[in-house]
Amino acid sequence: MNEAGFPLLSLITWLPLVGGLVILSVRGDEATVASNARWTALWTSLIVLVLSLVLWVKFDPSEGGFQFVESVSWLPEYQVGYKMGVDGISVLFVLLSTVLTPLCILASWESIQTRVREFMLSFLILETMMVGMFCALDFIVFYMFFEAVLIPMYLIIGVWGGPRRVYAAMKFFLYTLTGSVLMLLALLAMWLYAGTTDIQVLMTTQFPPAMQTWLFLAFLASFAVKVPMWPVHTWLPDAHVEAPTAGSVILAGVLLKMGGYGFLRFSIPMLPDASAYFAPFMFTLSVVAVIYTSLVALAQEDMKKLIAYSSVAHMGIVTIGMFTFNEQGIHGALFQMLSHGVVSGALFLIVGVVYDRIHSREIARYGGLSDRMPGYALVFMLFTMASVGLPGTAGFVGEFLVIVGAFQVNFWLALLGGAGMILGAAYMLYLYRRVMFGRITRDDLRHILDLSPREWAVFAPLIVLTLWMGIYPSSFTVFWDASVAAMVKHHQDALATTIKLAGVTH
Amino acid sequence: MNWMLALPEIVLACCGLGILVFGVLRKHDSALICTMMTLGAFLIAGLLVLTGLPGIGYHGQFVSDPFSAFNKLLLLSGAALTAILSLDWNRQAGISRFEFPILMLFAVVGMMVMTSASNLMTLYVGLELQSLALYVLAAFARDDLRSSEAGLKYFVLGGLASGLLLYGVSLVYGFAGTMDFHELRALLTQPGVASPGASPGVIVGVVFVLVGLAFKISAVPFHMWTPDVYEGAPTPVTVFFATAPKVAAMALMLRVMATPFGPLLASWQSLIVIVSIASMLLGAFAAIGQTNIKRLMAYSSIGHMGYALVGLAVGSPEGIRGVLVYMVIYVFMTAGTFACIMAMRRKGQPVEQISDLSGLASNDPGLALALAVFMFSLAGIPLMSGFFAKLYIFLAAVQGGLWTLAVVGVLTSVVGAYYYIRIIKIMYFDPSVEAFDRRPPALSFVVAATGLFTAFFFLFPAPVVDAAQVAAGAIFR
Repeated sequence: MNEAGFPLLSLITWLPLVGGLVILSVRGDEATVASNARWTALWTSLIVLVLSLVLWVKFDPSEGGFQFVESVSWLPEYQVGYKMGVDGISVLFVLLSTVLTPLCILASWESIQTRVREFMLSFLILETMMVGMFCALDFIVFYMFFEAVLIPMYLIIGVWGGPRRVYAAMKFFLYTLTGSVLMLLALLAMWLYAGTTDIQVLMTTQFPPAMQTWLFLAFLASFAVKVPMWPVHTWLPDAHVEAPTAGSVILAGVLLKMGGYGFLRFSIPMLPDASAYFAPFMFTLSVVAVIYTSLVALAQEDMKKLIAYSSVAHMGIVTIGMFTFNEQGIHGALFQMLSHGVVSGALFLIVGVVYDRIHSREIARYGGLSDRMPGYALVFMLFTMASVGLPGTAGFVGEFLVIVGAFQVNFWLALLGGAGMILGAAYMLYLYRRVMFGRITRDDLRHILDLSPREWAVFAPLIVLTLWMGIYPSSFTVFWDASVAAMVKHHQDALATTIKLAGVTH
Repeated sequence: MNWMLALPEIVLACCGLGILVFGVLRKHDSALICTMMTLGAFLIAGLLVLTGLPGIGYHGQFVSDPFSAFNKLLLLSGAALTAILSLDWNRQAGISRFEFPILMLFAVVGMMVMTSASNLMTLYVGLELQSLALYVLAAFARDDLRSSEAGLKYFVLGGLASGLLLYGVSLVYGFAGTMDFHELRALLTQPGVASPGASPGVIVGVVFVLVGLAFKISAVPFHMWTPDVYEGAPTPVTVFFATAPKVAAMALMLRVMATPFGPLLASWQSLIVIVSIASMLLGAFAAIGQTNIKRLMAYSSIGHMGYALVGLAVGSPEGIRGVLVYMVIYVFMTAGTFACIMAMRRKGQPVEQISDLSGLASNDPGLALALAVFMFSLAGIPLMSGFFAKLYIFLAAVQGGLWTLAVVGVLTSVVGAYYYIRIIKIMYFDPSVEAFDRRPPALSFVVAATGLFTAFFFLFPAPVVDAAQVAAGAIFR
């Protein structure tokens, strides 16, 4: 229970699972089951969306701490409880998950025709796990959601994916699992030291610097795979290419954010000394990711793979921002994560639109689509620009803030990180030109249909969000202002304490 | 002398004799009714265990405490699940004979004596009673070459292990002068060079006892028999091997190591660490290449025993509690997995290849879902019970400072996850082949019951953990 006396967060978390049980109980012939499963999943996710909008309205941005806190005793002998709560950093990620899920269900309305019931069930389970992970205020609970996400995602890639889906699903599963089991050990070590796994308590616990180093490396193993950072990013292009459209959207939109969220929630506040110590290392990896994967993206022949590599580059910007430890940098990282969630999700949907029609993702297979699909061309252009970071779109604000933050740390960092924007413009515009412009050379493209009303319904909210984030960003940043300020202050205080202690001992 | 302490064992043994006479006198097919009577006997024994009072009787030979009660209930439930599963299978395999449940029953009596042993002599008697019944069970399909081979192999290697154990017992007795657990504990706690704890004879004895017990739980390097016996024995027997005797042998190992030899922790800890690491590694890597699902489960059980031993290596009440929780979860998920394996039957013939599961998700979604739950659980993915089993073990390891074990443990669990999720891959991603036969209701019941336990353990972990806590505390006195 929380101060309102109503477990809103638990409801948002577990309601999709209830919807899943309803889907499971549907009986009848295949077409009825499929249709019922689709509608049940859509309505469940829409109700969850409405509830999360209530959360958004009721959330008090002026407060830096956790709100809507619920706490139920679970494993009392270990001081582990089922504790949920959101602060300014997590609340928007909850919303991102609940916004993208109904859109994904809508987007797979026609493209998923086999085992519809299982697909919708997996998606609702996935939503429960994602939301639960962002709400968890107990490390064990967080870990359970964090890892349980693998189960539905593994099935989504493996059952409804492309030709190499089995390889991709296995790789995704094992990469992520390896990282997270190491985090489990770090978690146990923290529990041993602090005597609890309550995240709020752990954030104020001071771990000895030597221990922090090890903990940081263990967390890095987990979050770096999830983000993904160079050089452990190789699972991502495979998973993206093979996953069905909706799977790619959630993968890019939410699952990658779990790594960034992990850094912000655990590594930086709980391990300030190690974070500062490893910051140059993180910058190096991020800069390599930005430049290297951008160049790789330029050479791609597959649309989804190109966008997948661009995701790695954009997430590189995010990690640069986070490890600047100043307000602009962290603001930028958070904003970049949100905007990337919307924009890259939309880009995967855009690829999905033509893939549903032509069943190919090969760039050379297309050309001149703008003649036949003007509406599509417009939407594609908008999100291309947002991905490039054109002012007025969501992509600009995040990248700009990160570069401002990076300048305060190091000129070269800002310069090399900023190079990502230029390369990003290169590969995105190149992609757009090859797909949309030129002359139509293939017959089947002459009769290709423009966006259907259902597809417009999928894109409309994303277009609104992208422009809203770009034109009036402070309606989003206001949520985490207080939380980020508190985090930055906490970080600086912690570093100052360590330096003072070091001064005493020497 | 308080003979009431052994009431569950006495009642169960008498029931066994009664059922045996009944089965012999009844002319026609009596397997079904004997199995039902055996289940009833298990139930009565379970109730007696629940209501039994703690204490030490029979001149210190026999102890009844929360630890023995916990393990007895667990192994009784494992045996009961096996008895239910065996009914339809034995009928279809043509080995439906009334001796089957009775042999199981006597093996269970032996196991219950093992968990209650308070003297090295009782330990040996219980172990032998159990083993003799199990040797016969392994060869129960006597016309089947593989089953006979499994029985013989198990008998020869088991006899060797018993011999080693007995040799260890005699060494300990020779150098310490007693076989009573509590007297041994008091003797070995004495400080100084003159104490028996410092004598190499006792240490060698402990090592031999350990080897004998490691054979029974099939820990590396004494695991050789496991894959062959698992594969060769009739599947109901394999289920039995994988559940109840493992619980009993693990309980015995915990008690022997914690109560009499607890003071020698420093001497045997490194041994358990090595055995545990070796088991985890072998369980993870050797299973990858398997094509027979029963063999795969054999390697999986070797790996799981490695994880459970991590808790013993810690040697603290927390570690023992972790092992006990692990065993509870392990028994239910293993029984469930084998129930799914027993459902693999085409045109009346059992199939055992992993590739036979191909496309199960579209032929039989319910069974595929259950098997997927068990596989994720065996792999230790959260929300399934298997995650909690590993969590408690690793918590204890970290508390005890055994970081090597914890790191090896989590990494091998990733390797293990590969072959578990490969089975899910085959069920869900591969094209469907011919459907399995209709499965008997008893099988569906076991799958559903164990599946619900495995999937929803996370909601109510407290009762099991609390009971394990009390049980673990009992053997450190």
